[in-house]
Amino acid sequence: MSSDTYAPPLAPAYPPGGRSIFEADARYQVRRGVARLMAVLVGLAALGAVAVLWIILGYVIWRGLPAINWPFFTQRPLPYGEPGGGVGPAIAGSLVLLGVASTIGVPIGLGAGIYLSEFGRGRFADAVRFCGDLVAGLPSIVVGVFIWALLVRHVIGHFSGLAGAAALAIIMVPIIVRTVEAMLRLVPHTLREAALALGVPQWRVVLSVVLPSARAGIITGVVLALARAGGETAPLLLTTLGNMFFNWNLSQPTAALPIQIYNYAVAPYDDWHTKAWGASLVLIAVIGILSVLTRLATRGKKLA
Amino acid sequence: MTIEATDARRMGPLIPALAVPAAAWKERAASDAAIGGHAMRVESLSAWYGNHLAVHDITLDIKPRAVTAIIGPSGCGKSTLVRCLNRMHEVTPGAPRVSGRVLLDRHDIYAPGVDPVQVRRHVGMVFQKPNPFPSMSIYDNVVAGLKLTKAPSKAVLDETVERCLRQAALWDEVKDKLKQSGVSLSGGQQQRLCIARALAMAPRVLLMDEPCSALDPIATYKIEALITELKREYTIAIVTHNMQQASRVSDFTAFLLAADDRIGRLVEYGETAELFTAPKDERTEAYITGRFG
Ligand SMILES: Nc1ncnc2c1ncn2[C@@H]1O[C@H](COP(=O)(O)OP(=O)(O)O)[C@@H](O)[C@H]1O
Ligand SMILES: [Mg+2]
Repeated sequence: MSSDTYAPPLAPAYPPGGRSIFEADARYQVRRGVARLMAVLVGLAALGAVAVLWIILGYVIWRGLPAINWPFFTQRPLPYGEPGGGVGPAIAGSLVLLGVASTIGVPIGLGAGIYLSEFGRGRFADAVRFCGDLVAGLPSIVVGVFIWALLVRHVIGHFSGLAGAAALAIIMVPIIVRTVEAMLRLVPHTLREAALALGVPQWRVVLSVVLPSARAGIITGVVLALARAGGETAPLLLTTLGNMFFNWNLSQPTAALPIQIYNYAVAPYDDWHTKAWGASLVLIAVIGILSVLTRLATRGKKLA
Repeated sequence: MTIEATDARRMGPLIPALAVPAAAWKERAASDAAIGGHAMRVESLSAWYGNHLAVHDITLDIKPRAVTAIIGPSGCGKSTLVRCLNRMHEVTPGAPRVSGRVLLDRHDIYAPGVDPVQVRRHVGMVFQKPNPFPSMSIYDNVVAGLKLTKAPSKAVLDETVERCLRQAALWDEVKDKLKQSGVSLSGGQQQRLCIARALAMAPRVLLMDEPCSALDPIATYKIEALITELKREYTIAIVTHNMQQASRVSDFTAFLLAADDRIGRLVEYGETAELFTAPKDERTEAYITGRFG
C-alpha cells in the first residue's frame, strides 16, 4: 500500500474477551422458525385462492369445450331434438344489456363518487355514503323483485330488456361509487392545490387534473362492476325473462348469457348440459375480453 | 418598463452579497417608483384554523419588483400568512378563516364580491414540494393554467411554453422532451417546471413557500439564481426557514415568531441588509444568530 492512501484500521471482529454484538441469542432459532411458519401459511393461503380459480376455470373449459364451435356463437337456441343450437341471442343480449346498464350506471356512479370525494361534506354526504353501502349489500334477487314490481308490473307492463338493464345498473352503481371515491381520495391534495393556485375553477380541477390522475383506478372500478353485472342471473330472470330469438328491441324480453346458462342447465338433457358449460365458458370469455379491452384503451397513459 | 433600468440591474451579481449599502436600496426604490410594478400590502391580517389563531394582526408591505422573505421558526405561521395572499388559505382543510385586508395594487382581495379564482390568476404560487401534474406532459404542465382557464391558440401556447421555460432556466434541459411526463424530471427540474407553470399565468405577484426545502444544494442554487433574475420583472414573496437563503435572495425580510401561545406575530420587518446586520428586536437577533428556532 502506498503511503499516500489512507485506510482506517479495522476494529477487531470480536471485542477482546467478549462476544460479537451480532451473535445470535437464544431466541434466534425460535424467531426464525416462526417467521418460516408464517411464510409457509400465507403462501398456502395464496396457493389455495389461486388454485380454486384455476380449478373452476379448468373444469369449465373441460366440460364446456365440446360445445364450442362456430354455430354455437351464431345460432339461436333450438328446441330439444333439433341438432345444433347456440347462444347467439344470449351473447348479443348480454352485450346490449351491459351497454345500456353502463350508460345508465357509469355516469351516476362516477358522478356520485366525485361528489363524495370532492364536494361531499356533512350529513347529506354521510347519508349518500350509507345508502350506497346498503345498496351494495342488497341481494341481487331483491333488486330484481323491486324492478319487477316497479317496471315490469307497472311502468312498462311486461318483461323487457330495459327493465333488465335497469336492474343491472342498480347493481353497478354502488360498486362504481365506492371505487371512484376511494381512487379520487388517493390523488394527493397537493395536486388539487397546484391547480387551484393557478386560478383554475374547482369543477375544472376535478375534471382535468383529479380525474385523469385517478384514471386507472376508475377504469378498474367500472370493469369490476361490469363483471359483477354480467354474471347476474336472478334479477334478469325477473326482468328480461330471456328470449329464444335475436331481439334488438329493448321493450321486449331479451336473451342474456346467465339466463341461457340457467335454461340449458335445468333441462334434463345431457346435450343441453354440455351447452350450459359451453355458455359458461363464453360468459367468462366475454367478461375477460371486456376487461382486457378497457385496460388496453387506457394503456400508455402515465398515472400517479 | 424602461429598458435602461432593467439593464442596469442585469449587470448586478447573480446572487447579491449579504450587505448591500442602504443607499443602493434608496436608489432602487426610486427607480421602482419610476418603473411601476405590482405591490401588495397586508393590513391587520389574522388567520384562524377553527378556533386556533395561527397568525395575528400582520401588517407589512410586499414591494414591487423586489423579493420579500418571510422567515421564522417552523410553525410560526409563515405558510398560513403566505397562503392568505392568494386566498389559498380558504381551501386548506381545518375550518380556515381570515380577517383583515390584503391589497394588490390598492384592490382588496378580500373585498366582498371578489372571486378567489380571479385572485389566484394574478397571484401565483410555488409550493414546498414540487407538484407537477403527473397526468400531463412537460409542455402541458407549463400551459395547464392557460388551457384550463381560457382557450388560447396553439401559437400562443407554443410561445408561452418556450418563454416561460426560458424564464425558469429550464428550456435547454427539456426542449427535446416536451412531450414526456413532468414527473420524469429531477426534483430541482420539477420545481423549476412549477415556477414556469406559475409564470405562464403572467402573475402580478409570485408567492413561494419554501421552494428549495426539498432540493439539494445545487438545485437550490439554481432556484436562488432564478429568483434573483425574476425579480427584475416580478414581485416575489418567499417563505424560507433558511436564513442564509433569505439574506442571499431577498431585499426585504419579515420575521415571524409564535410565542408560547402558538400565535404567529410579526416581530420585525425591514430591509434585509439592515435586519440581518443590525436587528432592532432582540428576538430577531437571537433567531438570526441561531440562539433559538
Ligand atoms: N390545516 C391546518 N389545520 C389546523 N391547524 C393548522 C393547519 N395548518 C397549520 N396549522 C397550524 O397553524 C400554525 C402555523 O402553521 P404554518 O403556517 O404551517 O407554519 P410554518 O409554515 O411557519 O411552519 C401551526 O401551529 C400549525 O399547527
Ligand atoms: Mg410552512
